[in-house]
Amino acid sequence: MVEELITSGRLTPEVDPILHIWGWEIPLYLFLGGFAAGILFFSALFTLQNKENRYPMAVKILPFAVPVLLAIGLGALFLDLSHKFYFWQLYTNIRWESPMSWGAWTLLLVTPLSIVWAASWLEEAFPKFDLRYNWLKEILSDLKPYRKHMAWALIILAVILGMYTGILLSAFNARPFWNSAIMGPLFLTSGLSTAAASVTLLTRNHEERSDFTKIDLLLIAIELFFIIHMFMGFLASTQVHVQAAELFLGGRFTVPFWVWVVGIGLTIPAILEILELRKHHVPIFVSAVLVIAGSVMLRFIVVEAGQASRWLY
Amino acid sequence: MRYAMAIDTKRCVGCSDCVVACQTENKVPIGFCRDWIVETTTGTYPQLQMEIRSERCNHCTDAPCVRACPTKASHYGAGGIVTVDHEECIGCKACIASCPYDARYVHPEGYVDKCTFCIHRVEQGEHPACVAVCPTHAMTFGDMDDPMSDIFKLVSRRKWKTLIPEAGTRPNIYYLI
Repeated sequence: MVEELITSGRLTPEVDPILHIWGWEIPLYLFLGGFAAGILFFSALFTLQNKENRYPMAVKILPFAVPVLLAIGLGALFLDLSHKFYFWQLYTNIRWESPMSWGAWTLLLVTPLSIVWAASWLEEAFPKFDLRYNWLKEILSDLKPYRKHMAWALIILAVILGMYTGILLSAFNARPFWNSAIMGPLFLTSGLSTAAASVTLLTRNHEERSDFTKIDLLLIAIELFFIIHMFMGFLASTQVHVQAAELFLGGRFTVPFWVWVVGIGLTIPAILEILELRKHHVPIFVSAVLVIAGSVMLRFIVVEAGQASRWLY
Repeated sequence: MRYAMAIDTKRCVGCSDCVVACQTENKVPIGFCRDWIVETTTGTYPQLQMEIRSERCNHCTDAPCVRACPTKASHYGAGGIVTVDHEECIGCKACIASCPYDARYVHPEGYVDKCTFCIHRVEQGEHPACVAVCPTHAMTFGDMDDPMSDIFKLVSRRKWKTLIPEAGTRPNIYYLI
């Protein structure tokens, strides 16, 4: 057997022996960004389909969470920067090849638009809330005729935001586990699924709950399909990609990923949702909470595993 | 003009003089390094082969760090050298994640830092610090676009390899083997 022993005199903090430049901030942000994108997508989609009264939670109420989610996510991103007070450089440059730049500009558009979008629903979502100032009420009612335009913009931006959270990672050729084109669609689907699950968790409308349970079930199926294809892709690729997949097929991420993400975060909630749709008595919050927890775990494990996978030479 | 370095693995003894020279010349903070020594042993005992390499940023012609940088802080400078503008770096670390050679680090002051081919010395007509101190003359620095340069002649004459060419980065450090 030919053996290879590599001894390196380098011991750079956060780089050696295993890359660890990104801690909790980036996966948390990827989760919140995907979640926000999912909420905006459904809200905008069902507004365009004139289903705002059929799906009041998804269309009118949940968008109020988006600016909060994005603010927390942006806060986490800011905390991650090591040269913080130069962050404004993101907005003096446009770099088409850099997913990080795409993300920064998308967030600059999505965040204010999500505030305007939620505000346009204020009257319908919270009828008892008194705005006090008439001029503010006038501005809000002036927004309503532009809802369809905003919805179109939001659908496109939500897809870009949801996809980019995965593409940010998949663009790194140097980290074989991230370097899969499936990462973008997988994170988008996971974000949509998180949003759908949170609708089923919070709505009191029976029809909305049942429809979003079906939507979530479909999204979970798509996610499982993507995960299987991602591993098929790795195993059919180069040695470093095979090694990256092996981190999950016997390596140190095997249990966290297959038990926590695929088992508890996808398969069990899918079974519970099927039982619920068949009118069995299942506590509704269990499947929703599991989907959301699985989505968080997916981000943390993928960010961690990507950093642990590398080229060797 | 394309600056490149040829490092002779048959001459390198792994003394780490290049590492110390770089740290001194560039005031690299303690615990960090812009260049380092790698020793590899391959084969089956007793038929073992050893290789010693002085490694650093490969100043890739197709640098993934330049592509990943959202602010143009990582960019191509004179002679194709990949450099980081400290005033533009926000410390997002995307370039560190993008580098298959792990040649970058976060400087304690917050910005990302790495080998510059000692461009401040090269501009004065001197060699990079690591090349200048190498006791076995294992390193040659120069312009690969100039057919009369020492490095061009050396790389034309000798067998060489680059590190992870399959990563598609087109590295500019040639290891003579």
